[in-house]
Amino acid sequence: METKVIKKVDTIFDVVECNYIQVLEKTLAKTADEIILDIIDSGLKGRGGAGFPTGLKWKFTKNEENAVKYVICNADEGEPGTFKDREILDRVPEKVFTGMAICGYAIGAKEGYIYLRGEYNFLKQDLQMKIDLFNSQLADRDFDFKVFLRSGSGAYICGEESALFDSMEGLRGEPRNKPPYPTVAGYNLKPTAINNVETLVYVTMICRMGPESFKALGTKDSRGSKVFSVSGDTPTPGIYELELGMPLNQFVDEFGDGDTKAVQVGGASGHCVPRKKYNDTIIGFEGIPTGGSMMIFNSTRSMYNVLHDYLEFFTEESCGQCTPCRVGCQQLLKGIEAVKKGDKKPSYLEDLKKLAATMKIASKCGLGQSVSNPFNSIVDNFREEIIY
Amino acid sequence: MSKYLVNLKVNNIPVTVEEGTTILDAARKLNFHIPTLCYHEDLTVAGNCRVCLVEVAGSRSLAASCATPVSEGMEVLTNSKNVRSARKNVVELLLSEHNADCTKCFKNGHCELQTLSSEYQIGQHLFIDLVKTKDKIVDISSPSIAKDDSKCIRCQRCVRTCSELQAVGALAVINKGDHQRISTFLNKPLSEVVCTNCGQCINRCPTGALTERSYIEEVWDAINDPSKHVVVETAPAVRVALGEDLGFEAGERVTGKMVAALRHLGFDSILDTDFTADLTILEEGTELLTRLKKALVDKDEKVSLPMFTSCSPGWIKFIEHMFPEYLPNLSTCKSPQQMFGALAKTYYAQKKNINPKNMVCVSIMPCTAKKFEAGRPELRDSGYQDVDYVLTTRELAMMIKQAGIDFMKLEDMEYDSIMGESTGAAVIFGASGGVMEAALRTAYEIISGRDVPFTNLNIVPVRGMEGVKEAKVMLKDVKPEWGFLEGVEVSIAIAHGLANAKKVVESIKNGTANYHFVEIMGCPGGCIGGGGQPIPTSPEIRQKRADAIYAEDEGLPLRKSHENPEVQYLYKEFLGEPLGHRSHDLLHTHYKPRKRY
Ligand SMILES: Cc1cc2nc3c(=O)[nH]c(=O)nc-3n(C[C@H](O)[C@H](O)[C@H](O)COP(=O)(O)O)c2cc1C
Ligand code: SF4
Ligand code: SF4
Ligand code: SF4
Ligand code: SF4
Ligand code: FES
Repeated sequence: METKVIKKVDTIFDVVECNYIQVLEKTLAKTADEIILDIIDSGLKGRGGAGFPTGLKWKFTKNEENAVKYVICNADEGEPGTFKDREILDRVPEKVFTGMAICGYAIGAKEGYIYLRGEYNFLKQDLQMKIDLFNSQLADRDFDFKVFLRSGSGAYICGEESALFDSMEGLRGEPRNKPPYPTVAGYNLKPTAINNVETLVYVTMICRMGPESFKALGTKDSRGSKVFSVSGDTPTPGIYELELGMPLNQFVDEFGDGDTKAVQVGGASGHCVPRKKYNDTIIGFEGIPTGGSMMIFNSTRSMYNVLHDYLEFFTEESCGQCTPCRVGCQQLLKGIEAVKKGDKKPSYLEDLKKLAATMKIASKCGLGQSVSNPFNSIVDNFREEIIY
Repeated sequence: MSKYLVNLKVNNIPVTVEEGTTILDAARKLNFHIPTLCYHEDLTVAGNCRVCLVEVAGSRSLAASCATPVSEGMEVLTNSKNVRSARKNVVELLLSEHNADCTKCFKNGHCELQTLSSEYQIGQHLFIDLVKTKDKIVDISSPSIAKDDSKCIRCQRCVRTCSELQAVGALAVINKGDHQRISTFLNKPLSEVVCTNCGQCINRCPTGALTERSYIEEVWDAINDPSKHVVVETAPAVRVALGEDLGFEAGERVTGKMVAALRHLGFDSILDTDFTADLTILEEGTELLTRLKKALVDKDEKVSLPMFTSCSPGWIKFIEHMFPEYLPNLSTCKSPQQMFGALAKTYYAQKKNINPKNMVCVSIMPCTAKKFEAGRPELRDSGYQDVDYVLTTRELAMMIKQAGIDFMKLEDMEYDSIMGESTGAAVIFGASGGVMEAALRTAYEIISGRDVPFTNLNIVPVRGMEGVKEAKVMLKDVKPEWGFLEGVEVSIAIAHGLANAKKVVESIKNGTANYHFVEIMGCPGGCIGGGGQPIPTSPEIRQKRADAIYAEDEGLPLRKSHENPEVQYLYKEFLGEPLGHRSHDLLHTHYKPRKRY
């Protein structure tokens, strides 16, 4: 397996180098197909968590025949321990708008919506001003595309793409059945390309630098760099853009406090990696993918408490519609409590792991499907801490 | 447009279906049974219970077969190890948050969750009992509907029913995660929201979370009280559905057995709501002709047309909430149930020498909204509450079982007289279009002196399951006294299910439709699909009940309401004439607007 040495990069937040209007003008001189080919060629995968190849998503949306299509920028950022999208929208929003406009041109959409996390409403006024300016710049160039801003409803589940559409349509945000996928029937049941904030910035960067420079970073399966939100027991918490494909031990050397016993990669719905596995864990789509959250725990932390917190979060944030997730989360939470108290035997953890496995294959959306990630990785690696 | 065909394999057996077919339907085509809970034929797909999971080769996760369309070359397993263990887990999870006191549950024996848990032999509980940890929220504020959250599996069938079929939206999902539940606007009790008491949600609830408010015990008490004379009336649609709860196939007509069973149960007078259905036709038909005359001859601009039928209490409450401006368009006729009650405690009591104070009037209805209707303060014109207790078809079946009656072997019996006679026109009140057909049979003959111009009196264009039906009837060669109707083309419409009712009222409101007379029934298919009818319900079952209704009509010697001899006698002896003084006092009423919230 290809591994990288940790490398800090500065493409996202760099404002000097990037004149977004120039990028836009240069890009719009190409055909839609050329742009999509560039994005496919770059190997860019979605930065919102699921890691779907962005260029393919655009191609599917473009291929749908429909007079109305939409671009949506997912800025719901609800994953605990993630705060990178807020930083991007605060510091370089024009790069996001530009990515949306390029997407709109490529797929044939005239409207783009930013779905902004409810808690980020303090960004709204400033963002709206910048959007108005951006829209007028597009209008000046006779480019038929407009960006709109929408406030989120405050529920974690509304970051899930189909629940997000429901929420934008004024319904209760509940994940839909798939298929149909958003590329076929998304917002208002029209073909929709929904991308994470950061994904859209990389689109702008790829269009500026060309796919080759983007591909120069990262590995075969994980091209480019990505923004990480580093938190927990670290002397240097914050936002870092790092090359993908780095091994976890280097990350811990760089950011840990010298006593790191575990890293939760990918937030509450991600995996917990214990010290003994740092060396063979790659951060990237071939190893452990992450939407950007890296939570560092030192030896003072109780992994029971960590898991308990995560399960409480899921028990509350599950939309509640499907059985495996709604009831499963409650059972996992009550289950580890019972084992801790001695009301259930330690072997009950095996039943719970089976339940988590059922949730993974039987839940309707990514939330319920990913609860087994933290559950199994923490129970397997820190079993003693859960029981005693 | 013809659809593409898709080839797939289910449990290794090839099958070809149209594109867009779900895995569930493809499997059913091969007679593989896949359990379902949130799926219902009448509703859009939710895909939330996850008991219909199947394994699709090449996919890491299982697919909800009700919500997943087939694709070319798909290989599906409906009973693999993975499927069985996940499905069992799902049922175990549902039971862990379920208050499973089956022995006390109205749904015992008819419950989809119970069936599934017995199929999967779920005895010892694997998971922690979550019922104790939750508040027990039971809503019995409504006289019609009981809602018990501790029995709810959150399948949302009720929510979809109320919004998709009924356009009421009284029920909604609130909260998320472990607090998610089914509730109402602002969490108010059902009696204080727009709920029409139609009971369609009950018919589609797979568990005992939604049931009718039961008055079986009160009725037993009345029967057992020697000082009471208990009169029972049976609605037209009961006789074609009751059998389903007592061992017969859907579509079996059990009129005579039902009468026999009621006698065994100990009712004192066994009479027929069909009698007052015939009466309704005479009153309502006269009312319509009067309105038409005012509009056409007197050029009275205040007369409200179209006239809407008023027999369906779910529809009445719907219009009170949603379209109060159209209340003047409602026929002033009470529903047949309420005409019956008012006459039972006056006319019948008088003729039979019974003190109405000691009379208890019980009605057997396909409907839960009738329970609410019976309690309306508007409907006490006999000087007493006109109808004392309303039981659903399901409750009657339960009483028959409680009494140990072998229903299937009963010999047919006849209704009592003098409010037990009826015609085929009354029977068809039970199906959508029936009131219209009955009204046309009578009105056409009154106006022209001839039979309606349809073979064998069967007015086929107003029948059937289409949501909104329209027709026009040209009036020609009318009798001299009806001269003002010569050459008038009467325009009619029929809607069933409140979502369709809403469409019709809106098209009238925005001027795209123009009718003289509109029949509206609150429930899909009309009363045969009423909220008090045996469960399950489906388009196929409703069709069979409707077919039975029309067969009953064809088999009767009298098929026009005005030919009912007991109704003729009633006018002669008691009422005088349609819309006369006594009719006005006993058989007509007015309703008042209600707020939406
Ligand atoms: C429970 C849940 C929450 C999610 N929250 C977010 C979010 O806050 N932001 C985001 O970009 N994607 C989120 N996603 C992923 C989106 O559904 C979707 O895959 C993503 O927006 C696609 O963009 P990308 O391809 O650029 O990553 C979430 C998914 C799930 C299942
Ligand atoms: S998995 Fe959880 S969040 Fe997703 S649809 Fe099911 S209940 Fe809702
Ligand atoms: S709803 Fe079904 S499973 Fe629950 S108590 Fe009633 S009969 Fe039993
Ligand atoms: S009884 Fe009818 S109106 Fe009331 S909640 Fe049920 S479906 Fe809705
Ligand atoms: S009340 Fe019945 S139909 Fe409604 S969600 Fe609960 S179980 Fe399903
Ligand atoms: S029946 Fe398919 S998910 Fe409920």
